[in-house]
Amino acid sequence: MRALQQPAHNARRSGPGLGSNGAPASGAGRAALNRTGAIVLRQLYLLSGSPARIVPLFAWVAIDIVLWGFITRYLNSVTNSGLNFVPALLGAVLLWDFMVRVMQGITTTFFEDVWTRNFLNFFATPLKTSEYVLGLVLSSIATSLVGLAVMLILASAVFGLSFVVYGAMLVPFLLVLFMLGIGLGIAGSAIVLRLGPVAEWFIWPIPALLSPFAGVFYPISTLPGWMQYCARLLPASYVFEGMRAVVSSRSISIPNLLLGGALAVLYIFLAGWFFGYIYRHAVRNGLIARYSAEGPG
Amino acid sequence: MMNGIWLSFQRLALEMMEADLMPATLSVINLRKHYGDVTAVDGVSFEVARNEIVGLLGPNGAGKTTTINMILGVLEPSAGTICIEEVDLARHRSRALERTNFAAVYAALPGNLTVAQNLRIFGMLYGVKELSTRIRELIEQFDLVKFRDTKYGLLSSGEQTRVSLAKAMLNEPSLLLLDEPTASLDPATAREIRSQIRAFALQGTSGVLWTSHNMYEVEDVCDRVLFLSHGKILLEGDPKTLPREHGKATLEDLFIQVAREPLTLQD
Repeated sequence: MRALQQPAHNARRSGPGLGSNGAPASGAGRAALNRTGAIVLRQLYLLSGSPARIVPLFAWVAIDIVLWGFITRYLNSVTNSGLNFVPALLGAVLLWDFMVRVMQGITTTFFEDVWTRNFLNFFATPLKTSEYVLGLVLSSIATSLVGLAVMLILASAVFGLSFVVYGAMLVPFLLVLFMLGIGLGIAGSAIVLRLGPVAEWFIWPIPALLSPFAGVFYPISTLPGWMQYCARLLPASYVFEGMRAVVSSRSISIPNLLLGGALAVLYIFLAGWFFGYIYRHAVRNGLIARYSAEGPG
Repeated sequence: MMNGIWLSFQRLALEMMEADLMPATLSVINLRKHYGDVTAVDGVSFEVARNEIVGLLGPNGAGKTTTINMILGVLEPSAGTICIEEVDLARHRSRALERTNFAAVYAALPGNLTVAQNLRIFGMLYGVKELSTRIRELIEQFDLVKFRDTKYGLLSSGEQTRVSLAKAMLNEPSLLLLDEPTASLDPATAREIRSQIRAFALQGTSGVLWTSHNMYEVEDVCDRVLFLSHGKILLEGDPKTLPREHGKATLEDLFIQVAREPLTLQD
């Protein structure tokens, strides 16, 4: 081993702007970007060397599309309702799976730190929680786009799902679900940070728990009264109601879709605040330093 | 020839004066940590000067790791102040932690990333300039060339320790925290690492806070030691003279007395 070299006054650290006298905004911004980039790069490193991580990005959603693709074909052949089930059901499955992929993109990136007990290493650096969470979101964008692309190709090429049916509304539909997925992913990560690795099993079923209220496959009016109240709190329910209106050539309620978007934005802020609250609690009670089997009560 | 020696002497003297005028690299004032009714750290105050290696000693549960976790910003103190190069950790967490780094036997790096990937990720987090060059230097310095593309989790514990130390040196920290850094190393490698860390502390303007249960190592490396017991500093001094001052033959004997009969050493 060779002797360590240490230039005087620690010249290696990022620019002079980050000294004790305060940092120029550009230097601080670059440093923040670098730290967020580190979280994304870590995920890319893990994906690049691991088929076990790459295959789930598209395998389960592809299976879902194939399964529902055949179901919709069958329903079209046995009913004379005049309703085309392909855009109504297969489209709904595609949109819902996209939301699930976004959520799981965030939680699985977070779980990488749970599984490797890496919180002490990460949070003893200058990394801020906002930069960490942004890194999770950016990682999720990259991974969920892979799933979305595979679903779009399969649904259109094999089952003839035409996105022309949805027109320009496809963009706000995807956007609202994307934001809901981000909110759920951040909130799920906060729950695991608070309750410990064992709480991972609370997080995986969250989409299944929400789907009856979201009205993925049926109008919200089908639900009993109390479930309809719950559905109104879910941004996804406005998307699927809108989607069904578009498919059956009814007029879509733009104010309702905007309400869904506003709720999704609100949930992102609430989830961010919740993560920050749980993080501060974890720093107060020593959970970050000793994150292992179970969180303290 | 004489002129050259004189100039070198002047430069050294200037550097020493400069170091004396600079503030302490770590300043801990009246630090406390309670968990409900349990007091883990009870009013601890100390400083680590530049070019100084301070040993934080004490039996298991004395409060060493709690103190280190608070200095690392991953545990909030119940009271007290921590300043790293005069930057208040509580108020400017990110700026203070840019000047710090650590290696601890209980903080393994992600085992599913290679040595080079780990160093790159942590280099980005610490904002290291010319990162590729720095990674190359550290990989050579810590004899890790052949493990560069090996996953951290596949290395032996000694090799993992060398990678953790390389990570701890990435940003040439002003304050280096080492929690039992040589615990899993063979004696030859441990000696090599000790001399490297000693050289690191002497060359620049950094201070080192070191915990170890190996009293021979502490005596060899540390300029000053702090004995912690039940969350309080009981003793402080030069590890070479402190045992005699308290009627003990060795630092290990003194350690055992601190662990077994701390009350006999209190004022």
